[in-house]
Amino acid sequence: MTVTRPPERTRNQASGDGDPVHTLSEGVNQAMDIAMAEDPEVFLLGEDIEDPIGGVMKGSKGLSTTYGRQRVRNTPISEQAIVGAAIGASLVGMRPVAEIMLMDFFAVAMDQVANHAAKLRYMSGGRTHVPITIRTSVGGGRQFGAQHSQSLEAWMMHVPGLKVAVPSTPRDAKGLLYSCIFDDDPCIFMETMSLLFTRGPVPAGRFAIPLGVAEVKRAGDDVTVVTWGWQVPEALAAAEALAGEGIRVEVLDLRTLVPLDREAILASVARTTRAVVVHAATQFAGPGAEIAALIGHELFGQLSAPVERLGAVYSPIPYATELETRAFPERTRIADAIRTLV
Amino acid sequence: MTATQGAESGLSDAAALRIFRTVTAIRCTEDRIVRGLGAGEFRMTYYNVRGQEVIPAAIGEHLRRDDYMVTTYRGMHDCIAKGVPLDELVAEMCGKVTGTSKGKGGPMHLSDPQSGLMVTTGVVGGGLPIAVGLALSSQLRGTDQVTVVNFGDGATSIGATHEAANLATLWQVPLVFVCQNNRYGEHTAYADYTRTPSLAERFRGYGMEAVTVDGNSVPDMFAAAAEAVERARAGGGPTFLECLTYRLGGHSFGATTEYMDPDEFASAEEDEPVGKYRRWLRDQRGITEEALVAIEGAVTVEVEAAVESAKASDPPPVEELLLDVFSDPVSVPR
Repeated sequence: MTVTRPPERTRNQASGDGDPVHTLSEGVNQAMDIAMAEDPEVFLLGEDIEDPIGGVMKGSKGLSTTYGRQRVRNTPISEQAIVGAAIGASLVGMRPVAEIMLMDFFAVAMDQVANHAAKLRYMSGGRTHVPITIRTSVGGGRQFGAQHSQSLEAWMMHVPGLKVAVPSTPRDAKGLLYSCIFDDDPCIFMETMSLLFTRGPVPAGRFAIPLGVAEVKRAGDDVTVVTWGWQVPEALAAAEALAGEGIRVEVLDLRTLVPLDREAILASVARTTRAVVVHAATQFAGPGAEIAALIGHELFGQLSAPVERLGAVYSPIPYATELETRAFPERTRIADAIRTLV
Repeated sequence: MTATQGAESGLSDAAALRIFRTVTAIRCTEDRIVRGLGAGEFRMTYYNVRGQEVIPAAIGEHLRRDDYMVTTYRGMHDCIAKGVPLDELVAEMCGKVTGTSKGKGGPMHLSDPQSGLMVTTGVVGGGLPIAVGLALSSQLRGTDQVTVVNFGDGATSIGATHEAANLATLWQVPLVFVCQNNRYGEHTAYADYTRTPSLAERFRGYGMEAVTVDGNSVPDMFAAAAEAVERARAGGGPTFLECLTYRLGGHSFGATTEYMDPDEFASAEEDEPVGKYRRWLRDQRGITEEALVAIEGAVTVEVEAAVESAKASDPPPVEELLLDVFSDPVSVPR
């Protein structure tokens, strides 16, 4: 068994332009490929993950061909059994990567996720632990309707014991997933569907981004947009548009929600004195409330404006495009929200 | 089953006496806990196991220390039979720092990886999918370890159980499903929650071996467990054992039994398995009264010592509150 050390908690430098270009899905695939090559105790399980399908979002494409069907295992449509089996194997030191096809289906597996994966380390007084990774696709903006479009990171954040990663670029996807696989705690890895086939530079070979380290995706001095996943490119587009109006927007991509990089949030907002938290999760009781409360509590008196929040509206996700586009924050509404602050 | 058949199934005198020691330890521990709870000597939530002692004791004879076990909140008997140290077990139930989980798990969340007890779940049916994964680990690693998962008949009504049964059979993992059919799902009788005449029959439908066995008979349980554990160890896949027993108490300590048929209860108590096994050992196997009394005496001393040790132990220190949430305390949100 390969002994693997978790990556150091160091700030990650922005990537070099010379890195080869890949999709986010390919970044995911590379992380699993490298992890499986390094450590025979890493294996994958989930619905339709074997070739020729290779996962309905293609994340595991080619891996069953490379590593065989013992280590890349198709399962029945049984979300409780998928997560439970991953937990069981991890309790004795294996590092399973389970795939739940869509985040909405966590509802089916939530007893295993919340009552078992999250709690077994604590309930055993640290004598067992659950080093699993659960990869899942997150819909939204694709006319998949109310049961295939939800961003449920707030559910995960609310259960003590789960780590939550949400990459927004191919590079982050590779580096964060690698860290999740070798992390000793259960990690929920959210793959935003609308970003899966966007392209960007990805470092070749073994590459890890430590969990709990946010990244400034665009620097600016006037307003901080705190965001992750799907809304990162939307916020960057809004920032670009506002640059023409003389508003300098900083876009802080949290990348992981647990652990939460509170230092990065506070450092940025202390400088800009204005913040908007943007996410695809429902705004009401969403992660933005926690982050806004953190900023308000720690920087009270230094803020030039109340912290603004933009999340999904309080409704099941509608089907019709005309409605769905109104349900999630996108670049124009992010820009509007920023204008109200400056 | 007669004594001769028992001997043929490989139940030696030594094994028979080890099983007697285990069932006696379980019974004695429960009696002592119930007495202590009644007297206000200590506090805990306690799910009585009286009447179900034989099942894990007989299975335990076929298990190695490195075999895995998963059980439920009604699992004190399973823990003892798997070899969890008694003093750590009782201390955990009392919420003390000397317990198996430093007092942070409690009676519904016992685990002791050193003796192979990997999970005790408080969620009915929640342990079965995890047991599939434990068994899968042995298959993937090429070891001959076996996993045993214990659950009540009540767990056969929940979806996770069926997902686990199907997946275990599909993958042919080395797993023994031990359904301790004590005739009640919490406060509801078997006939009031299912029309399935036989649970073994239902689970046979998944394509695995499934048998019904008298869970209160040591020779029967011993033989059925031998076959199931050997099958798993040899790579023959999972087995479903429906072990018929009777819960000689309410759902938990202090809970009412008024919904239980009093005649049925009285007759089950009359025929309770520990006393019945003791008589069988003496009358059918020729074990002397002195030998049995000696075991009972030794066990009583051990149980009393475990209780006294737990009572004398400290609760976990407050620094434990945020430890073991994550591998790295720095990840815990402030």
